[in-house]
Amino acid sequence: MARTIAVNSREDHIKTEELQELYRLMLLIRRFEESVYQKFHENKIGGYLHRYDGQEALVAGVVPQLRLPGDYILCTYRDHAHALACGTSPRAVMAELMGRATGCAGGKGGSMHLIDPDRGFLGGDGIVGGPVPVALGVGFAIKYRGGNDVCVVYFGDGAMNQGGVHESMNMIGLYKLPVLFILENNQYAMGTAVSRSTGQPDFVMKAAAHGIKGEKVNGMDLFEVRSATRRALKHIRDKGESYFLEMSCYRFVGHGIGDDNTKAWTTYRSEQEVEEWKKKDPLLKFQAYLEEKGILDPAKIAKIEEQIHEEVMDAIQFAESSPEPPLDSLYDHVYS
Amino acid sequence: MPKMRYQQAVRLAMTEEMERDPNVFVCGEEVGQYQGTYRVTEGMLDKFGAKRVVDTPISEIGIAGLATGAAMAGLRPVAEFMTWSFALEAMDQLVNHAAKITYMSGGRIKCPVVFRGPAGVGTQLSAQHSQSMESWYAHAPGFKVVMPYSPQDAKGLLKTAIRDDSPVIFMEHAGLYGIQDEVSDDPDFCVPFGQAIVRREGKDCSLISYSRGVQMCLKAAETLSKDGIECEVIDLRTLVPLDMDTVVKSVNKTHRAVVAQEEWKNVSIGSEIAARIYEQAFDAMDAPIERVAGADVPMPYAKNLERAAIPTDTDVVAAVKRTLA
Ligand SMILES: Cc1ncc(C[n+]2csc(CCOP(=O)(O)OP(=O)(O)O)c2C)c(N)n1
Ligand SMILES: [Mg+2]
Repeated sequence: MARTIAVNSREDHIKTEELQELYRLMLLIRRFEESVYQKFHENKIGGYLHRYDGQEALVAGVVPQLRLPGDYILCTYRDHAHALACGTSPRAVMAELMGRATGCAGGKGGSMHLIDPDRGFLGGDGIVGGPVPVALGVGFAIKYRGGNDVCVVYFGDGAMNQGGVHESMNMIGLYKLPVLFILENNQYAMGTAVSRSTGQPDFVMKAAAHGIKGEKVNGMDLFEVRSATRRALKHIRDKGESYFLEMSCYRFVGHGIGDDNTKAWTTYRSEQEVEEWKKKDPLLKFQAYLEEKGILDPAKIAKIEEQIHEEVMDAIQFAESSPEPPLDSLYDHVYS
Repeated sequence: MPKMRYQQAVRLAMTEEMERDPNVFVCGEEVGQYQGTYRVTEGMLDKFGAKRVVDTPISEIGIAGLATGAAMAGLRPVAEFMTWSFALEAMDQLVNHAAKITYMSGGRIKCPVVFRGPAGVGTQLSAQHSQSMESWYAHAPGFKVVMPYSPQDAKGLLKTAIRDDSPVIFMEHAGLYGIQDEVSDDPDFCVPFGQAIVRREGKDCSLISYSRGVQMCLKAAETLSKDGIECEVIDLRTLVPLDMDTVVKSVNKTHRAVVAQEEWKNVSIGSEIAARIYEQAFDAMDAPIERVAGADVPMPYAKNLERAAIPTDTDVVAAVKRTLA
């Protein structure tokens, strides 16, 4: 019989299997991101590349709580983790990053535009703030059709300063649409700290100004993300109105491949600050918890590492041996 | 003259103008503390302080509004868009406000603002980040539109832009930032608007382009020269105002023309130039005007598709040969 473990919030009894799955997902995201960094430097991946290292709990605590397909997800260009969590195969993600015909967008989108509509994943968006107006429309469609599905929209602290975001939040609050906002507050928008980008850094208050309830969540803790998400989803599904979760977190790497390489990130944050946040690593914290509870031990961890390594290697192998999109497909899909 | 990169030439123009006129200031995302996304504004915060090098949130409507309003109130802002792709957010401030206020006020208000930043396609940045949209701005009466190719022009044209009393759209090319050439260090050196420059003389075909397109035309001209075909390469430098005199003079000599651009072909700068050649020099033409342009698709990510979507010197060579066939 599956063991059940009570975690911090009263009603959340999580089965051992689920805990292991969540660990697996977070580890997959971390190892996948490390591998794409490598592949970028081997010139197999081009364009921009934004990693999710350090923010895994924001995806692992949310996406598995959704009903996919049915619910929808929109996110930013920092989207590899979201695709993997939605169940898009690492092969299809890696192939997209390498611009292959077998990628989840047939090689047309690349890193910033992963997408998998069959799983409710409506894609990564390269424009800061861009997904929020789209979430308004998706939320509208859900309400229009009836039922209690939810649209989850991820966006960054920097995106909160976009005009379109506020127009859309106002309308989502006005029309009472089933949208779950996940504000990925990783403290910086490129080189700009939150305190340097707004006179009101209380994002939950900004949501309240649009008539949207919300709360702050420790995004470095999987359980806190998970339980806040479950409460928020229940609120949205029961009441049919939106909810806003500001998740504080930290990206362990540079904004993108550019400032990763040049270490330009040291111009806006100290190595010491990064080290401090790394002590709160959501993956290691979760791993320590599972070890403490006897669910994982070093041997099991090594085995999972091994399996994930194989999964990532398989994805790379698949992508590298996949063909490029045919040249005559250049003009395909301009129109439906 | 000292040698410097295109990117440094842009910085030098802003620096000199800020030294000359206390009303000139720069604003934009990551222009200050971060030293500029493409390092164009590097060192400027230290030099001029936060009053005149203004870091903004990621708020393009705000940036455009800040610059437009400040210009209407007598300052001379140089607003940076991190790239021109993000200026799409600010289209209303740009087109409905900055471009129109002088006309709507019956000439009572000046709007001496420069909007600048990198444009251009390439490096697998895909659909939302890799595009060139100069014709959008050239289409709106009220803007002057500048797209320099050489570092020297980048400096001289930007200085003219900052001194101009009308709103100027100043599009740099991210793919040119690294090129090095001689640049005047004379603080009075300006390049006037509306004067194209002949970058290579030839008698067989006129190649008309601007920004990085000039590079592919020069390369094509080089290749064709080996086959005894001599092309004249015209760098327009400013799209509005457009120097048709230089173009017409050239086609009267060569009787053939290829217009080359990175932006989409449909309803573009190339369409406009071809139409004007027909209006002004129809009788001179011995062959239909050829247009070399970006494929009319959102930019694909995959390397091979991207290569197929972006025009190259090979396309220009083929187009020239068609005019001679
Ligand atoms: C409208 C727009 N402006 C500027 C950019 C360039 N840009 C890409 S990501 C980014 C920072 C965004 O920060 P944030 O919203 O906090 O998300 P994070 O990258 O931290 O996840 C900027 C300025 C863009 N993509 N779109
Ligand atoms: Mg951020």
